[in-house]
Amino acid sequence: MVRFFGKSVYKGIAMGRVVLLDKTGCQVKRGKVEDTDAEASRVRAAIGQAKEQLGSLYDKAVKEVGEASAAIFEVHQMMLEDEDYLESIDNIIRTENVNAEYAVAITGDNFAEMFAGMDDDYMRARAADVKDISNRLVNNLYGHEEIDFRAMEPSIIVADDLTPSETVQMDKEKILAFVTVHGSTNSHTAILARMMNIPALVGVPMELGSIHNGMTAVVDGFSAEVIFDPTEEVRGKAQERIKEEKEKSLLLQDMKGRETVTQSGREVKLYANIGSVSDVGYVLENDAAGIGLFRSEFLYLGRTDFPTEEEQFQAYRQVVQTMAGKKVIIRTLDIGADKQADYFKLGKEENPALGYRAIRICLKQPDIFKTQLRALLRASVYGNLSIMYPMIISADEVRDIYGIVQEVQQELEEQKIPYTVPEQGIMIETPAAVMVSDELAELVDFFSIGTNDLTQYTLAIDRQNERLDDFYNPHHKAVLKMIQMVVDNAHKYGKWAGICGELGADIDLTEEFVRMGVDELSVSPSMVLKIRKRIREIVF
Amino acid sequence: MKNFNYVIKDEVGIHARPAGILVKEAKKYQSKIVIVKNGKKAEATKLMALMGLGVKCGDEVMVEVSGEDEDTASREIKAFFENNL
Repeated sequence: MVRFFGKSVYKGIAMGRVVLLDKTGCQVKRGKVEDTDAEASRVRAAIGQAKEQLGSLYDKAVKEVGEASAAIFEVHQMMLEDEDYLESIDNIIRTENVNAEYAVAITGDNFAEMFAGMDDDYMRARAADVKDISNRLVNNLYGHEEIDFRAMEPSIIVADDLTPSETVQMDKEKILAFVTVHGSTNSHTAILARMMNIPALVGVPMELGSIHNGMTAVVDGFSAEVIFDPTEEVRGKAQERIKEEKEKSLLLQDMKGRETVTQSGREVKLYANIGSVSDVGYVLENDAAGIGLFRSEFLYLGRTDFPTEEEQFQAYRQVVQTMAGKKVIIRTLDIGADKQADYFKLGKEENPALGYRAIRICLKQPDIFKTQLRALLRASVYGNLSIMYPMIISADEVRDIYGIVQEVQQELEEQKIPYTVPEQGIMIETPAAVMVSDELAELVDFFSIGTNDLTQYTLAIDRQNERLDDFYNPHHKAVLKMIQMVVDNAHKYGKWAGICGELGADIDLTEEFVRMGVDELSVSPSMVLKIRKRIREIVF
Repeated sequence: MKNFNYVIKDEVGIHARPAGILVKEAKKYQSKIVIVKNGKKAEATKLMALMGLGVKCGDEVMVEVSGEDEDTASREIKAFFENNL
């Protein structure tokens, strides 16, 4: 039995099998070998294995997503038969007397570089394919198991760190808990864990080498500890506590179907934050009155090219239709900073949080923006949709956005495609937007305060830097004063103001927010009933 | 040696999947089949080299076929281009 402590993100308890995502194992080491024939035959075996893996991936993808999307696995198989690629691996092994893993990695890098240097976007993207097949071979050579998220049983994910594009690919039904070495309590893993209502620990100083797939672990979000290979006694206790927690959450179910009003009858709109179409289930399950923040990034992350208008339209329409007349606020593309997709080719920035991101990309590359706006205006016909623009710093930006919306409207009009122009609001997440919120309130239909970024920009603290967690005071007076200012300015112009950051779900602040006049709180689906219970206790 | 010129009509050019099919086709013959674009050459049996030519829609390529079965190979490959690319 080994025990580690970390920082807890969500108070819950889980027990199950460990799935280890060990990316450090991908760093290939160069080694001298005597028997080059043996290395060459190891490569052949790894290729055979890779082709089988790709074959079954292809079959599965055909069934699940159709032939066109599955074709990539067929192409990968063909690449593994490429004579130049195979010859290069063989050559490196024999002329440099090196291990197969190293020869594959170097060959992969060389070929990827060739594609990366081409002047055609499509071909440049193929660099990722070459890297992908090379990684597959290296993993096979090292004997690393490939993790198939769809096939795995419900498990505890243990990793060095997780990127948003990795978590996007995971089947959420199969995850019992997250435990990561890095990551802060504000990272995306943390946000995801809160959404899913599962325990998660970040900043756990564990040695990944001593942990292996299939081990049993207990993750306790209350005491912020993870126990690998627990004794019978620990297991028994965990089992009991899991049962208790289940009973507690059943009690909260009593809050379903009730209004979100204070003792004196003041009503608060209680909405939920979601990040993908499948999360709508959580929203309905927890009886939220609407969706206050639908992060549209899921459509852009974890893929190799931009989503089409049609794809986006279908996703948005599905959500507004499922919500059947309840409010659905969709935030336009908020990519950049910590959320990256390779095909955007955003490049490295000295200060990504202060960089080319969100609305700035949309205003500079209106083609990307227009595709999304078209899909939104079209989907708006099917329900109660609102659009929300992120990272606004000035009224001029809002005017520019309206200009683009008008162009989109005109195009749809000419093409005789049905659309409506929904309510449009903005995120207040920069100190600049707070300071000019009177000017902005005149222009937009609503404000939603994104407290995560607002706090990071106000306190000048990087939310991804775990060393700063101790300095990060989410209850800082500066932030609370800003919230008050924004709410007052919204009300001056008869507009409503809400909070959609993590702070909105902070039970300790709920009463203060209600007293400030906050009209709406949008929180993780798992927090909706808890906040409703709290609001119903407030005498105001 | 036989050769012919061909202007690519497929809107995405010789990208991954069509290139893969071309490789399969080219491997059926004993002849060496070389695709030439702007002086850059790639053997039709080598997928990545072929993709590396970056052949796009509207590009003209020259196809050189040389070997024992060059008559049939050239005829069939030409038909293949017309039907697929």
